[in-house]
Amino acid sequence: MKKIYLDYAATTPCHPEVIEEMLPFFNQIYGNPSSVYQLAQKAKGAIEEAREKVARLLNAEPEEIIFTGGGTEADNMAIKGVAFANKKRGNHIITSRIEHHAVINTCKWLEKQGLKVTYISVDKFGVIDLDELRKSLTDKTILISIMHANNEVGTIEPIQEIAKIARERGIYFHTDAVQTAGKVPIDVKESGIDMLSLSGHKLYGPKGIGALYVRKGVKISPLIHGGHHERNRRAGTENVPGIVGLGKACEIASKEMANEEKRLRELRDKLYKGLNERIDDIILNGHPHRRLPGILNICVKYVEGESMLINLDLEGICVSSGSACTSGSLEPSHVLLAMGVPAEVAHGSLRFSLGRNTTQKDIDRVISVLPSIVEKLRAISPFGKEAKSKEYRG
Amino acid sequence: MKDQWALYSKKVMEHFKHPRNVGEIKNPDGVGRVGNPICGDVMELYIKVKDDKIVDAKFRTFGCGAAIATSSMVTEMVKGKTVKEALKISNRAVAEALDGLPPIKMHCSVLAEDALKAAIEDYLAKKNKKNK
Ligand code: FES
Repeated sequence: MKKIYLDYAATTPCHPEVIEEMLPFFNQIYGNPSSVYQLAQKAKGAIEEAREKVARLLNAEPEEIIFTGGGTEADNMAIKGVAFANKKRGNHIITSRIEHHAVINTCKWLEKQGLKVTYISVDKFGVIDLDELRKSLTDKTILISIMHANNEVGTIEPIQEIAKIARERGIYFHTDAVQTAGKVPIDVKESGIDMLSLSGHKLYGPKGIGALYVRKGVKISPLIHGGHHERNRRAGTENVPGIVGLGKACEIASKEMANEEKRLRELRDKLYKGLNERIDDIILNGHPHRRLPGILNICVKYVEGESMLINLDLEGICVSSGSACTSGSLEPSHVLLAMGVPAEVAHGSLRFSLGRNTTQKDIDRVISVLPSIVEKLRAISPFGKEAKSKEYRG
Repeated sequence: MKDQWALYSKKVMEHFKHPRNVGEIKNPDGVGRVGNPICGDVMELYIKVKDDKIVDAKFRTFGCGAAIATSSMVTEMVKGKTVKEALKISNRAVAEALDGLPPIKMHCSVLAEDALKAAIEDYLAKKNKKNK
């Protein structure tokens, strides 16, 4: 059975060209970039080339890119880094209720250290309330951290407006762009972004590598101390193959983004249309159009998400859910709850995220398989009686 | 690398794929409806009792794979047991009958035990009323 992978927002397979580019750095050009001989300097050169490629994707300067161990570390570095380095200026951070846990839990930890954090609400589409954000600003606010697009529902946030609000008040603005880098165009200069996190494995690069863009002049403290790597901002011998892979992935993304964006949007809309025609009582989550091209998040009423995931897995289809039963914490998705979705409905959420290898055939397969899975589970569910029965076409 | 890493045992998957005794019993002798306080799932269990023996059991469950499999298993286990015997069925016993559950899913089997207890209590309460 052919595997149908529709969880690209969780992670992506490495692009074959990325792997090819990385290979020599495992056992041929393996020198430590801090050493003086040519074997090492070649590795150092490769790092700098990769830095340029990452910078180009964002319209940043190469010196403004710091390589990290992933998106989570980049988020930690931005938020804690600003908090530690700007204690004299203030102790207040503004973020949102729908951030990734890498941001939310970093902020929660800082609260324990005595900082103040405001978590801004979102509307039913998952869009940040800008008025609430403006009202939350104080003289002590040092940082606003709002994600570029949400990882669960795909809603794109008005980061340009947020950056403007921050700039006017001399407050730093950080955005977690882990879901958007390489998927939609980003121009840090034009948007007025001070810091931006991205992750390698979400854009067909390897896992364990990410980057933080830090605009020249922004004051942050390093989190990891040691040698003079990354201009004293992130110590530790560089993950050379990872960095090279991330650089290549960014280069490919710059080229393919425009076409891919259009292709995925069409496929995704077909998927929604097909499911909506065949299954009663499903709800679209996220903004109807200001949304990432590859993400479709729906709630299927009266059924629980994990039981759908397992049934789909039996058909070779990989997706994810915001159900409490799949969360590890046994709480439903904080994103859906913040958008006002009732807990029992959030229970039946499914996220399809499309990517490079997704084809029309894959979409057709999901459309043909999911309705009968839902029908079967609704027959088991005590709430299923509430679902009107409907003829399944096709 | 083991080539079979999976969340659930084969037995769990078997019951999940082909759940036994799904549905309702018309004029049941006992009904238990319980919610899982941990993740918010719901199970309904119906029993039919004759001469103090459970002769039929059916269920409806809104929950994860483990919840559906344990519901199915518990309805199988109670059939043919006396009410007294059935009351002794613990969530661990149900989980063991399924060749175990992942630790994070043990609470789902509590749902099955609680629903069974609730159904039996309902039966006993009705019986007491009649006898009065
Ligand atoms: S019923 Fe929710 S985790 Fe099993």
